[in-house]
Amino acid sequence: MMLKIKRVPTVVSNYQKEEVGEAAPRTVGGCGRNCLKSCCIQDAKLPLYAFKKIDKVTEKDLAIHECQEELPMAFLDSLVLGEWEDRMQRGLFRYDVTACETKVIPGECGFIAQLNEGRHLKKRPTEFRVDKVLQPFDENKFNFTKVGQEEVLFQFEASEDGEVQFYPNAPIDVDNYPSFVAINVSPIEYGHVLLIPRIFECLPQRIDHESFLLALHMAAEAANPYFRLGYNSLGAFATINHLHFQAYYLAMPFPIEKAPTKKIATSNGGVKVSELLKYPVRGLVFEGGDTLEDLSKIVSDACISLQNNNIPYNVLISDCGTQVFLLPQCYAEKQALGEVDAELLDTQVNPAVWEISGHMVLKRKKDFDEASEANAWRLLAEVSLSEERFQEVNAIIFEAIALTEELDDNVQCLPKDDSVDSSTYPTVVAGSQECVVLQ
Amino acid sequence: MESIKKSFDEFYSHYARESLEELSEEIPFTITDPSLSNHPIIFASHAFLNITGFTRDEVLGRSGSMFQGSATCRRSVMEIREAVREERETNVVLVNYRKNGTPFWVFLTVSPVFCVKSGAVVHFVAVQVPLKLRVYGGGGSVVVNHDFMFRCCRKEVCSDSLVELDRVSSRNQVLDLEHDDDDVTDLESEEPREASDDERRSAVTAMDNIFSVLTHYSELTGRLVCRKRCSNPAVGLLSSSLIISLGRIKQSFVLTNPHLPDMPIVYASDAFMKLTGYTRDEVLGRNCRFLGGRNTDDSALQLIRESIKTEKLCTVRILNYRKDKSSFWNLLHISPVRDATGKVAYFVGVQIEDAYKIEEYRQCWKPDMKQLSVVGAVKAAVRSLSMSAGSSKT
Repeated sequence: MMLKIKRVPTVVSNYQKEEVGEAAPRTVGGCGRNCLKSCCIQDAKLPLYAFKKIDKVTEKDLAIHECQEELPMAFLDSLVLGEWEDRMQRGLFRYDVTACETKVIPGECGFIAQLNEGRHLKKRPTEFRVDKVLQPFDENKFNFTKVGQEEVLFQFEASEDGEVQFYPNAPIDVDNYPSFVAINVSPIEYGHVLLIPRIFECLPQRIDHESFLLALHMAAEAANPYFRLGYNSLGAFATINHLHFQAYYLAMPFPIEKAPTKKIATSNGGVKVSELLKYPVRGLVFEGGDTLEDLSKIVSDACISLQNNNIPYNVLISDCGTQVFLLPQCYAEKQALGEVDAELLDTQVNPAVWEISGHMVLKRKKDFDEASEANAWRLLAEVSLSEERFQEVNAIIFEAIALTEELDDNVQCLPKDDSVDSSTYPTVVAGSQECVVLQ
Repeated sequence: MESIKKSFDEFYSHYARESLEELSEEIPFTITDPSLSNHPIIFASHAFLNITGFTRDEVLGRSGSMFQGSATCRRSVMEIREAVREERETNVVLVNYRKNGTPFWVFLTVSPVFCVKSGAVVHFVAVQVPLKLRVYGGGGSVVVNHDFMFRCCRKEVCSDSLVELDRVSSRNQVLDLEHDDDDVTDLESEEPREASDDERRSAVTAMDNIFSVLTHYSELTGRLVCRKRCSNPAVGLLSSSLIISLGRIKQSFVLTNPHLPDMPIVYASDAFMKLTGYTRDEVLGRNCRFLGGRNTDDSALQLIRESIKTEKLCTVRILNYRKDKSSFWNLLHISPVRDATGKVAYFVGVQIEDAYKIEEYRQCWKPDMKQLSVVGAVKAAVRSLSMSAGSSKT
């Protein structure tokens, strides 16, 4: 049995075709549309921002921040927002997101609601398989190597000589596995971009250590707690199976960031692991760490264990890359199994990382006008794993991170994992209240 | 430093300093000015300096975030940031750091100071009552390198980031954890501290006393302030959080409000003052046309009017005049800016002085990437910071 849901795919590029798999009419040879294929890439030039890689966070490394004014480019304001505004003035977006009304929903949590009637228009619903978190890259489907150069804002990489570098016009060295930052032509906020690690390697949507560290570096580079990155796995509302993170700027605390937490463990590397409390979606919070690598390592190990165990999840990177929320979810599966309330489905809200974090993009005026904390909570509660399942999933995660990270004594106060035999995980079929994962 | 002194004196006169000096011995508190770039501290009491170990010169002009570090609770910082955004009082318990890097718990009460006449927030007062020591495990001194904290501050000062407020760069926080010795860990593992009733009471009394001095002296300067907003904010007034955000953008630009008669300037950046030679008071509330003069080209003005009428962006090269009557070619980029309702709330005009006097090129100028960056940063700030309506705290 294969679990599928029908949904309107998000158009992230102007080069995305109406239907996945539909034969794309393409002109051949130096095709004249400045694409990223070999026909056009040879002579292409894109800005290149090389961040300073901090292997060990020492005082010396911080010196660079003393004089940010002297840096060639302030990363967030000048580069991301400036290049983004340029693409906006060039009319590359499907709509003007700043013309979409946004409000804070009254209540304790402060959910943020945006009315975005344009995002899903002109698209037919497509079937998506939601029961496989890892799927091989399929070059016949839309992927980011098919976007036009004008949609790419800049190349983003670690600096070779350890200093921040900016080159307004750098050649694209395909053999050097460049990572790109591109616009999302269906933005949900001003400055909405995609980070595509090692774009020409055509990696499927799957977290690996190196890529996750790159995403943390981008958050750190922005040096602004309101510039966040997000990740959706397949089965958790990613629609494109080509490795990518999303990011945008919104100067509001997200409800998930305000939720209280309970610390459950601290790793050797100083990473604090907590459980979210009083929030409709159950999840883990990873914070701090002696170095960015410490945090990156433990979170990516956790993500890898989830994807290897076929558990869909979302990740939010906030607070300049020092705080990461990890949220396993089961909405798509419930949806495929017909267990989601029709009323919720009618809203057509796809609970991906931003919705789960508390920034809801609503497609109907009615839902926007009637948006209440209770409604938002009800939707997100459907996304969450049950308490029992969450504890099982936690056990998997802690087993995985304990393999590589020695956890201190606190780890003993973790939920007992006697009952869990991890070898059975990929095929576990739980009761109807649970997330059902079928293979 | 001049602007910091002025920020205090213009509302309370320098006489108020003497009165505050008396309170100053007793109460650890600071006053900050959200209208100055980086929301700096403009007054710090003796008691506050004693507790933190900094000298006055090391503190004035800096952001309040300079006292925060790795053990400072993120949620408390978030709450302060929210209160500043919503221009309301708040109190939190959090960890601050002394100059020598040792952490200490404070009960922090923040209150906006409103201008009676305009309803604008002119200052924030922050009273920081240190919490009585309870048992710290571990003992021994905490060696957190304070040099690094200075860097945070410097970074804050230089930073171009948009709304980063009251906050140490988190990169630096990561560093701080390196000193993960007993005390810091203890601070972290300790349950969030509560202020005792006594501590709360003393904060309330302190705040009352400070406000009675401030309001008294504001009567003398004629620029009355109060603790509760006593008039609705004047039409077109920018929120202090928006002013703080805009203050971080280092280029020359102005915001004008098309919904007010004659479309006056409602915000002008420091760089704009420098470029044109005017002071802020001389330009706020006026239409931009005062920049024009004898040889200003009518066709450029026509383009500007057209762009405003149609709510479209435009770039023109126009001859403008400084206060001292000297002229300069202004490569001006204008763009509408929408607020959270999706409607055009302002126009942003970004000026770049154009050294090339080749008028023929006027029609084909494209906006500079620096100008686009300003437009982007302004759009993002205006949109985000107008979302508070019906906010989470009621």
